[in-house]
Amino acid sequence: MYAQMVKTDGARVRSLDEMDPVERAFQERIDAGQKIEPKEWMPEGYRKTLVRQISQHAHSEIVGQLPEGNWITRAPTLERKAILLAKVQDEAGHGLYLYCAAETLGVSRDEMYEQLHSGKAKYSSIFNYPTLSWADIGAVGWLVDGAAIMNQVPLQRCSYGPYARALVRICKEESFHQRQGFDILMNMVKGTPAQKALVQDALNRWWWPSLMMFGPSDDASVHSAQSMAWKIKQNSNDELRQKFVDQTVPQAEYLGLTVPDPDLKWNEEKGGYDFGEPDWSEFFAVIAGNGPCNAERLDARKKAWNDGEWFRDGLVAHAEKARSRRQASRIAAE
Amino acid sequence: MSSEWPLWEVFIRGQHGLNHRHVGSLHAPDAEMAVNNARDVYTRRNEGVSIWVVRSSDITASTPSEKGPLFEPSNSKVYRHPTFFDVPEEVGHM
Ligand SMILES: [Fe+2]
Ligand SMILES: [Fe+2]
Ligand SMILES: [Fe+2]
Repeated sequence: MYAQMVKTDGARVRSLDEMDPVERAFQERIDAGQKIEPKEWMPEGYRKTLVRQISQHAHSEIVGQLPEGNWITRAPTLERKAILLAKVQDEAGHGLYLYCAAETLGVSRDEMYEQLHSGKAKYSSIFNYPTLSWADIGAVGWLVDGAAIMNQVPLQRCSYGPYARALVRICKEESFHQRQGFDILMNMVKGTPAQKALVQDALNRWWWPSLMMFGPSDDASVHSAQSMAWKIKQNSNDELRQKFVDQTVPQAEYLGLTVPDPDLKWNEEKGGYDFGEPDWSEFFAVIAGNGPCNAERLDARKKAWNDGEWFRDGLVAHAEKARSRRQASRIAAE
Repeated sequence: MSSEWPLWEVFIRGQHGLNHRHVGSLHAPDAEMAVNNARDVYTRRNEGVSIWVVRSSDITASTPSEKGPLFEPSNSKVYRHPTFFDVPEEVGHM
C-alpha cells in the first residue's frame, strides 16, 4: 500500500500470558479498542513499527506528487489545471499530517527526510511509474487514489491516536481525488477514438501496478499478524486487493474499457471476481530501487530539498533577526 | 545542513461561536509563518474562521502515567452530576 511490507521486529505474536504486566495492560487496552496516545507507555516494537509505517506513508504522499506534478503545466484546460493543482496540494498536506503524526513517536522531521533522501526509507512502489499521457492523470486518480482509499478507510480506526486522526483528515479529502480522475477518463472515452485509445493504454499500464500496491499475499506473514494484533493494520493484503478489484472492474466496464487480465472472471459462488496474479518479480525490483522512475523521483525530491535550502535558511535568519529586535526593544523599554 | 524549524501546535476555530480545537502540528521558522502554513495545511476547505499557533515546546501537559491520581478527586464526587439526585415525578421538570 502506501506503506508496503512494514517489518515489526518480533519473531511471532505473543499471547497475553507471555507478556509482562505492563505490556499485557497495553495489549488489553488495544483489544478493548482504546487509542494509544503519544506520551503513553508502548512496547518499543510498536513504536518502531509505527514510525516505519507512518513515515513510509508520508514519503509516499510527498513523492506521489511528482508523477502528477508532471502534468500541472500540461493540463488540457485551465479548470483541469486548477483541479490537479488542488489535488497535488492535498497530497502535500497528507504528507505533512503524517510526518507530524510520526514525530509524536520521537523521530524528527530531519531524520525522516534524511532517510527518504538517502534511499534508506521506502515509499510506495506505485510512484515509480511514469505518467505518459493526460489519461494517466485520470488513471492515477481513479486507480491509485482508489486503492489508497481502500487501505486508508479502515486505518482510520487504527490504535495510535495521532495516526488515526491524520487518516480521518486524509480520507475526507481522498474522494475528491478519485472522482476527479474518473471524471477525466469519462470525458476522454467520449472523445475521439485516439483519446479513447489513450485511456485504454493508461489502464493497461496502471492496472497491475495498482494491484501490487496492496503488497504480496501476507496471510502467512508474522509482521502482518503482529500489526493486526496491534491494530495498526486491519485487513490482509489479499482481502483489500479483492475488494479493490470487485469495486473497480464494473467502473472499467462503464468506461467501455478492457481490464488487461485474461484470467479476470466473475465468480458467482464467492460473489467476487477471480483474477490473475501480478508479476511479483516486477514489484520486488521496483521496491529494490529498479523501477522505471526510482532514480528520477529521488533526484527530483532531493533537488527540491537542496534548491530550497537558501530559502529555508533565509526564513530562519529573518525569524532570528525579528526575535532579537523584539528583545532589544523590550530591554530598551524596561 | 540548516537547523530544523521549530514545531507548532495548531488550533482552529471551525465556526463562529465554537472553541478553538487542536487539529495537528507543523514546522515553521516563526509564528507568522506558522499561521500562514496552518492556513494552507489545515484550512484548504474552509475549515476555519480563526487560527492559533503555539510552540509545542511551550505546552505543559499532564503525565499520562499519573492520570489516576490526577483525576481521582473528581471520581469520588458523583453528587456533582444532577442524576445523583432523585426528583419525585410529582415535582415536574427540574
Ligand atoms: Fe493522499
Ligand atoms: Fe495519494
Ligand atoms: Fe489522494
